[in-house]
Amino acid sequence: MASIAPAESKAAAQAGAGFIFKKALISALVALVLFSLMIGVRTEAGPEGQLIYWTRFQELAGMVAAVFVGSIVVELLRRWWGPVDTPRLMPEGARKTLAVAGRAVAPVLLIFTFLVPVIFYDQRYILDLGILVLTYVMLGWGLNIVVGLAGLLDLGYVAFYAVGAYSYALLATNFGLSFWVCLPLAGILAAFWGVLLGFPVLRLRGDYLAIVTLAFGEIIRLVIINWQSLTGGPNGVSGIPRPTLFGIPLVPGENGLAALLGIPFSPSQRLVFLFYLILALALVTNWATIRLRRLPIGRAWEALREDEVACRALGINTTTTKLTAFATGAMFGGFAGAFFATRQGFISPESFTFQESALVLAIVVLGGMGSQLGVALAALTLIGGFELFRGLDQFRMLVFGLSMVFLMVWRPRGLIGHRAPTVYLERNQTISSDLVKEGHG
Amino acid sequence: MSDDNDILCVDRLTMRFGGIIAVNELSFAAQRGKITALIGPNGAGKTTVFNCITGFYKPSAGAINLTHPGGDSYRLDKLNDFRITKIAKVARTFQNIRLFAGMTALENLMVAQHNALMRASGLTFLGLIGAPSWRAAEKQAIERATFWLKQIGLLERADDAAGNLPYGDQRRLEIARAMCTDPVLLCLDEPAAGLNARESAALSELLLSIRDDQGTSILLIEHDMSVVMEISDAVVVLDYGVKIADGTPQQIRDDQRVIAAYLGVEDEEVEAVEQELGL
Repeated sequence: MASIAPAESKAAAQAGAGFIFKKALISALVALVLFSLMIGVRTEAGPEGQLIYWTRFQELAGMVAAVFVGSIVVELLRRWWGPVDTPRLMPEGARKTLAVAGRAVAPVLLIFTFLVPVIFYDQRYILDLGILVLTYVMLGWGLNIVVGLAGLLDLGYVAFYAVGAYSYALLATNFGLSFWVCLPLAGILAAFWGVLLGFPVLRLRGDYLAIVTLAFGEIIRLVIINWQSLTGGPNGVSGIPRPTLFGIPLVPGENGLAALLGIPFSPSQRLVFLFYLILALALVTNWATIRLRRLPIGRAWEALREDEVACRALGINTTTTKLTAFATGAMFGGFAGAFFATRQGFISPESFTFQESALVLAIVVLGGMGSQLGVALAALTLIGGFELFRGLDQFRMLVFGLSMVFLMVWRPRGLIGHRAPTVYLERNQTISSDLVKEGHG
Repeated sequence: MSDDNDILCVDRLTMRFGGIIAVNELSFAAQRGKITALIGPNGAGKTTVFNCITGFYKPSAGAINLTHPGGDSYRLDKLNDFRITKIAKVARTFQNIRLFAGMTALENLMVAQHNALMRASGLTFLGLIGAPSWRAAEKQAIERATFWLKQIGLLERADDAAGNLPYGDQRRLEIARAMCTDPVLLCLDEPAAGLNARESAALSELLLSIRDDQGTSILLIEHDMSVVMEISDAVVVLDYGVKIADGTPQQIRDDQRVIAAYLGVEDEEVEAVEQELGL
């Protein structure tokens, strides 16, 4: 008996090896056909306009070999890992350690974020990157209300970011209003536009909703470009005032904060101030979202994501519920936009392209829809990843895209896919992601 | 037709889908504090009647009148879907269970109290600052949900996802969820479908307790005749969108037309019945 089992498994392994070899051979063949023209032959226009070409068989051979080996490696990895959704048993100790680590992630991350300006006080680059990451964390948390909680797919979130940014820029440059007066105004204006977008799309669901929101984002951008007299068109708005600490500007000279405190001025001070400002704004967003989830309106959002028909049967006004979700998400987008304007000092329509919407949506989806911690981690991974891969030049997007594909294969419902209940009697247990719906749009 | 004791009065209700007449000039009444069953063969138009009453369809013609115990009267055929539950206090369940699968049983019952809680949370603003009045209201809502979980015997599973519950429990949870909207009329679309004998008996008990202890009137679509005959006070029989009989369960049991509709009859008998119905 004992001698048969290894023989059997050996036979199976041999059959497996044959299969892997065959699969790799086919992949290599496909690569040969594809690359023989794409890489094997190089054509160019000669000095007199005639066609000149030469062959590059060495590179071609290299590519085909890479595909062959890569195919074997991928197949072996899949064998070793098993089907993607197999439940993996972990020893009790390891699981407990992981659970403790999981609970500790959020507080540790928060404390570290608070300490970043202290640790990296002189490193402008790190502070700038931190501000950028936090801006996207805030945008992600804002969009999370619409997409993650209410289940409404919004591809035009950047529109509200733009409305917030332009609200502050125009109010500050034209009427000299301070940042702290403009911040709530920017939020209110963005929320107003959120409601305005909400009305026509109320009847739409899924793909149709996504297309209309996408168009809305483009409309806002085109209006900004073409309304030259108000927005300055493609030239943008410059000379946007920097934020002040309750009226005290962070500048060198007698009136500056440094002079008042009797310490030497350093340009880092303004960055540190901006860092804590966006951190505070992001934390307010987070606090409000956590709070709203436990209020009837937040539960109605999640119920809407789960089943709209049942919501109506329970006497929930789905129209106002959807509108409040749009408005709340848009408001936080508007806050982030106002911050963006004051940080940059200059804004133009180029900052508000569809790519921004897509990036924020990617953060929400990658983080796990509805999960606050997941969104923060995803923003850190995505924006930080962009910077990390900067050294790879033209391959940056390739590496970035590949890592996203792998991440989604590994975690199809985002980094943190499970859902925490908003109220419980005895046990606060999370709900597995395969029960939670994504919403129909 | 109209009686002080009637909670629901359906008057010449007609529902057309293009050329198809699903319900044709249907009139019936449901009495206050009673269980009225709506039965009929497949495709008789029962669910269409339900959808008209609960506002999911707008009737092509006819009136649906609901009278509250206080005497307030509502025209259900003129109210929008969510207002029928919110203002007229009619709650319903669905043939294919529509729970919020990704939310816990307790959360499902909290969502059902949305309108009351929305008022208590001062349209969210009082709730955001955590005002004491809101906290009290929330606690009360949890108590109410706990009461209903106890009624349906699911208190132990309050914190489990609704989608993880067994089928029979999901049916009862959906009824509890409808009851949490504080309805005067509860409309149940085939609550016993897919239940085993023991679960059906428990369901009958639950429905009787809703009628007797809560004073909620019940309108019920059901195929399970043992449940219908056991608990209903009145039965309305539909076939091809028209009423063919109504009365007490005993009367219905002996009605020739009902038997004909369900079991089919000899050709001569069909002609006789058709003459009687004027078809």
